[in-house]
Amino acid sequence: MTTVQLGMPTVASDPHGHLRGTESFPKAAHKALADTQLRRNLGHATRTIRAKRAAVVGEVDDWEELRRAGESIKADTMARLPELLVQLEEQVTARGGHVHWARDAEEANRIVVDLVRGTGADEVVKVKSMATQETGLNEALEAAGVAAFETDLAELIVQLSHDRPSHFLVPAIHRNRAEIREIFLREMPGVDPALTDEPRRLAMAARAHLRRKFLTAKVGISGVNFAVAETGTLSVVESEGNGRMCLTLPDTLITVMGVEKVVPTWSDLEVFLQLLPRSSTGERMNPYTSTWTGVTPGDGPQTFHLVLLDNGRSNVLASPDGRQALHCIRCSACLNVCPVYERTGGHAYGSIYPGPIGAVLSPQLTGISGPDDVNASLPYASSLCGACFDACPVRIDIPHLLVQQRAEAVAAHTRPTAQDLTMQAMAIAMTTPARFKFAEKALGLGRVLAGRKGRITGLPWPMSGWTNARDLPAPPQETFRQWWSRTHGDTQRSGAGPSTGEDA
Amino acid sequence: MTAREEVLARLRAAREAGKPASPVVVTREFRTTGALAPGSAEVLARLDETLTDYKATVHRVDTEAGVADAVAGVLSEARSIVVPPGLPGEWLTGYGGEVRRDGPPLAVDELDAVDAVITGAVVAIADTGTFVLASAASDQGRRAITLVPDHHVCVIRAADVVCSVPEAIARLDPSSPLTFVSGPSATSDIELDRVEGVHGPRRLDVVLVGP
Ligand code: SF4
Repeated sequence: MTTVQLGMPTVASDPHGHLRGTESFPKAAHKALADTQLRRNLGHATRTIRAKRAAVVGEVDDWEELRRAGESIKADTMARLPELLVQLEEQVTARGGHVHWARDAEEANRIVVDLVRGTGADEVVKVKSMATQETGLNEALEAAGVAAFETDLAELIVQLSHDRPSHFLVPAIHRNRAEIREIFLREMPGVDPALTDEPRRLAMAARAHLRRKFLTAKVGISGVNFAVAETGTLSVVESEGNGRMCLTLPDTLITVMGVEKVVPTWSDLEVFLQLLPRSSTGERMNPYTSTWTGVTPGDGPQTFHLVLLDNGRSNVLASPDGRQALHCIRCSACLNVCPVYERTGGHAYGSIYPGPIGAVLSPQLTGISGPDDVNASLPYASSLCGACFDACPVRIDIPHLLVQQRAEAVAAHTRPTAQDLTMQAMAIAMTTPARFKFAEKALGLGRVLAGRKGRITGLPWPMSGWTNARDLPAPPQETFRQWWSRTHGDTQRSGAGPSTGEDA
Repeated sequence: MTAREEVLARLRAAREAGKPASPVVVTREFRTTGALAPGSAEVLARLDETLTDYKATVHRVDTEAGVADAVAGVLSEARSIVVPPGLPGEWLTGYGGEVRRDGPPLAVDELDAVDAVITGAVVAIADTGTFVLASAASDQGRRAITLVPDHHVCVIRAADVVCSVPEAIARLDPSSPLTFVSGPSATSDIELDRVEGVHGPRRLDVVLVGP
């Protein structure tokens, strides 16, 4: 008899650097803060979406009950993840689909590249998917001589401008209409030179550009919003119809999903299809949601492959609190309400998962390799104001996870080096004293910092510059902000206050 | 170990390592019935509002006998249309252009050449301004026919109108493809403002049958 060695939870591979930037958050943030156009674009876009979200969330009188349901369904899913995936696999297979498993990014890319090659196609149409961005599938396809066409308008803007996404939902949020017009004029073959920057005209240019591709594509590649274990049903939530095109017209459909996207039952969608659109685009419902189950004779792709991706998710699942980060439904509400994100944009986070959720998810996916790992700085990319938790449709306690990860980084001595003391995430957002006050109370921040001994011996960076020289008593009465002000002076910059958080 | 065994083994180990202190209790205290009764005049009025809000054009008719006139009205400029195999013939009696039944299925280029498509819907959700197309329903048909033509006319019967998302989910059978449609194709990708008209049908008319 042989004993099979059990697999251990493992961190992500990151062959194309999509989960880790090249510089720490404070350095990258510092550059972003100097870009006034970027800040204007982000400010405008996040203000717009916050107002829309507030209005449609306000219409739903059982919103809190829905959030609690979303939270508990996700927690239950994580507690049964292996069984649910096996059930999903059985159902998809029974309905004529093929299921593949991928340990990491390279393996997922290899599977997809081989499947595409098997069809003989040298181009594919893609609907926006975080999972394939994470694995760097486009790069892998390109290396294999396959052209991948991103079809989501924002992804198209990012692809045409050789840029990186900066937001889950609106990867080109850092661009305004005038910039998008310029990118189209420069990069889109055959575009009308009289193109204006009117959003409708820009959308029409994208339509014309992609129409032929859709009507002739042999292979479509997608991600998944929700995969129902009970029925084997997959779903994609979208707006433009590019998702429907990719899911419907090609002969072959290849879908890549992170294992955490599974939900137990069809009826669970009654919760998520309420929570997601209102939280993400601030609409009662997004224009199109497609669901499909395996292969349907006479309707849509007759060959269907589902690739189930681990790539670090097992590592996240192994953390009792940290696994909450896997509950994320990628609505991006936490980005839109975050005063730090609003000022720095998504690129500063390095990872394709930006904002508050990215700050807790990316380091758990990749693990932290040492004090110089740029992802070690991410848990500090927050003011702990609490707006992200209030906005999160599945109640992920992001502030708690941030504080916990900071404490762990201190314990493991993996905090970034002193040169990063210029880090101003705190100061960036401390212009909203009311929120900060809320956060420090809610979080018991002083207690976390002081640990059991009741003395602060090693403050997490960026405050470590002070505690390196002094051993401070824990401030039992004083709030953290008062303490900060007293020891560091007033860092508030007048006139720079963000107009965030009215909606939460 | 195969990738499958390896991933499952990792996830089992992780599931145990990160196990919550107490078992998860799923709470479902949200509403599963809507504020307005299915098929009621009130729920239809709300659907009319939410559809219109997302830029669909709604045409109200009292009874199914009125559908043909409404369809003829909205399709007065359409030279040719495609219809699913089981679309009621009575809906088309006022229309003078070319009608192509999608059986046997039309090629994509043929779909691209027609001006419009007419379908029914399996259910509509008043709270959100959504209707759902079921591939298995003979008056709705395969997904491509409501995707490629630039103009979609959807006929919704009062009996199929519910108020809330949970009521709709409970009525749906996911074993064949479903498409939830809320307004014409749109994008929020430019400065997070919704603008209509990208890859799906840019014009959406709804004929709402009932009180
Ligand atoms: S963490 Fe919550 S708010 Fe942020 S993107 Fe995920 S689901 Fe949305």
